[in-house]
Amino acid sequence: MTGLPEGCDLFTPGHRACGGCGPALAARLLLKATGENVIVVNSTGCMEVFSTPYPETTWGVPWIHSLFENAAAVASGIEASLKKQGRSEKVVCICGDGATFDIGMLCISGAFERGHDITYVCYDNEAYMNTGIQRSGATPYAASTTTSPAGAFSPGNVRPKKDMPAILAAHGAPYVATASIAYPADFEKKVRRAINTPGPCYVQVHTPCCTGWGFESGETINMAKLAIETGLWVNYEMVNGVVEKAKKVKRKPVEEYLSRQKRFQHLFKPSHRDDLIAEIQKIADANAERFGTDIKPKEPIE
Amino acid sequence: MLEIMEGSHAVAEIVKRCRPQVIAAYPITPQTHIVEALAQMVADCELDADYITVESEFSALSACLGASAAGSRVYSATTSQGLALMFEVCFNVAGLRQPIVMTIANRSLGAPLSIWNDQQDSISLRDSGWLQVYAEDNQEAVDLHMIAYRVCEDHDVLLPAFVCFDGYVLTHTYEPVSIPTQEEVDAYLPAFNPYQRLDASNPLSFGMYATPDYYMEFRYEIDQAQHRAKEVFAKAGREFAEQFERDYSAPVEGYRLEDADTAILAMGSICGTVKDAIDEMRDAGKKVGLLKIRMFRPFPADEIADALKGVSTVAVLDRNISLGSGGAVGTEVKAALSGSGTAVYDYIVALGGRDIRKKDIAEIVDLAEEGRGDMFYGLRTEVL
Amino acid sequence: MALRVGCAAPPGKALENKTGTWRVFKPVFDPETCNRCGICAQFCPEGCIRETDEGIFEPDLDYCKGCGICEEVCPKESIRMEKEEK
Repeated sequence: MTGLPEGCDLFTPGHRACGGCGPALAARLLLKATGENVIVVNSTGCMEVFSTPYPETTWGVPWIHSLFENAAAVASGIEASLKKQGRSEKVVCICGDGATFDIGMLCISGAFERGHDITYVCYDNEAYMNTGIQRSGATPYAASTTTSPAGAFSPGNVRPKKDMPAILAAHGAPYVATASIAYPADFEKKVRRAINTPGPCYVQVHTPCCTGWGFESGETINMAKLAIETGLWVNYEMVNGVVEKAKKVKRKPVEEYLSRQKRFQHLFKPSHRDDLIAEIQKIADANAERFGTDIKPKEPIE
Repeated sequence: MLEIMEGSHAVAEIVKRCRPQVIAAYPITPQTHIVEALAQMVADCELDADYITVESEFSALSACLGASAAGSRVYSATTSQGLALMFEVCFNVAGLRQPIVMTIANRSLGAPLSIWNDQQDSISLRDSGWLQVYAEDNQEAVDLHMIAYRVCEDHDVLLPAFVCFDGYVLTHTYEPVSIPTQEEVDAYLPAFNPYQRLDASNPLSFGMYATPDYYMEFRYEIDQAQHRAKEVFAKAGREFAEQFERDYSAPVEGYRLEDADTAILAMGSICGTVKDAIDEMRDAGKKVGLLKIRMFRPFPADEIADALKGVSTVAVLDRNISLGSGGAVGTEVKAALSGSGTAVYDYIVALGGRDIRKKDIAEIVDLAEEGRGDMFYGLRTEVL
Repeated sequence: MALRVGCAAPPGKALENKTGTWRVFKPVFDPETCNRCGICAQFCPEGCIRETDEGIFEPDLDYCKGCGICEEVCPKESIRMEKEEK
């Protein structure tokens, strides 16, 4: 019994996330999956900021925030300490894409190379949202952000999304998975598998951001679903570096996803940018090819 | 029992006996012998610790922070560039009130790159909230580690500490030292009893953010803890003296200062040279003494002002330079003596491993008594 | 209230922040058409949709920010967002 005040969930209401926040949902689902026997390391970012303005904390589990880039290193130290003390709490990092793909690369690479028994969950809203929507290594091609804005001579972000799962699988991570808040039970299952797999495991969960991507707050789950249905996000699992399972979809054209977000509106106005949309379609096609996610039409019986 | 051993090894021996549960360290000259010795002790099961070979100093201190917050006594060591890389984490650790003890094998900061000794590295973090003590010799370096753990972990303090000793000059020098036995250390330093920790049976959120309504008060409380540390250190030092007959309880220590007209202020191993120089000058009839600064943070302004009451001229030896201003120790000493009528002169000396000898000390005393100071001493003008 | 060492705090205080005051639109749940699937509660980012003793679901209006996700995900279209009269 943890002695939490009555009516206190492990992640309570009263936090200051935007209405419709994807990461807030991810945090709730994460703690549903881990239960209370967990120590959470949270990097600086939206989640840390909306959940812990002193003295109001949303967290009903032991939680620590140190800096922007060092969650994986802090988690390494916690894991070592718990090992020496013979304690059973799971160590889980929950960090945004900026903290993970960019500024945190040093620490996450070191932690994974050393093989600590930790689980690192990256909530991916595809930009530095807390500081006002700037481009990160996770920002997809042609998305407009404040530091990669669409302009007269720019299509927005010109680089593809960094393949973080592959990088961590290459470190020897025994279990790496991608997930989405569109499929909460699947995300919870993957978290549970990660925390129960010895060694460093990684789960990257897609968490659309209504404020940063530019859509109505009620559409968050629809956006997450569309990302998967268009092939721009693939839900898959890698065990010891090999893709074992990927969610199959009857693919929709990428326009159905892009046309509903302000961060891609420059692809449609003032002119319909067939060239850029075709480039994005190629990315979706390549994903489908790589992970085998297209539902094949039934073969006619001979 | 006295043994002759290298300074780094002596520090490793005492750290082992302080029983850290987690060590996270990154190699950097001239600290390497400490962390190598500790790794061997862990490999031979002489030390029951988890040794994390981190991928940078930034991660070293971050890992120590995590382990400390989870309830373990921890240890790390660094210097120079490594400490500079830890800058952000240092402020974070002090703010989170984690009692981490870290050895600083003092070394100059680049550019230009230099692996040789001065005190720029630890002094540059004087704002961070870490306690800072400076050892004159390897015995003091050994003993200060034990006292530091006691003081840091005291629930009235809860601050991290740099235990500083000069790179190469002390780290790589063989001196006779007496290393307390494990039983003696256990008697002096009890098991780590954290004030609070990450624990699922009593969940807390550590490291929340503070709006303008709260931030100042948090910083005030750290400053108060710094000031309390002086008393806690004095008490811990007195108890150490009872057990081991070596007294480090005072933040400053006079040498032949009682009737001195001119006082030299210095910190670290240079004090040994200064003492020898003073003996020679005294033999020649000069009334000169040393005020050794052992504790730099918190800054013992009152103790310094008190010790220098009868002195008319003060020469501060600064092995660091706050570029564009002056030596850090000299600046703070001048503030402490402001209004006293004592003339205080600051000398930037022995940066980047430049040697300083007894005759240099004597020359500096002459300069101070002539009223010439606030300068770099010993520049090779031929290369300028 | 004395400051907690290390910018730390025990659980629960966020509950004092009644985010229901942020709302522009309010969810209206129809108990007649609710099929008790719990999907609304599963997807609420606030975690403020609760199951009642009758097994249907209703929002805690002290915290509901009116984001509208529940209306979107309800398979029975049993939830309607309405402009709230303040």
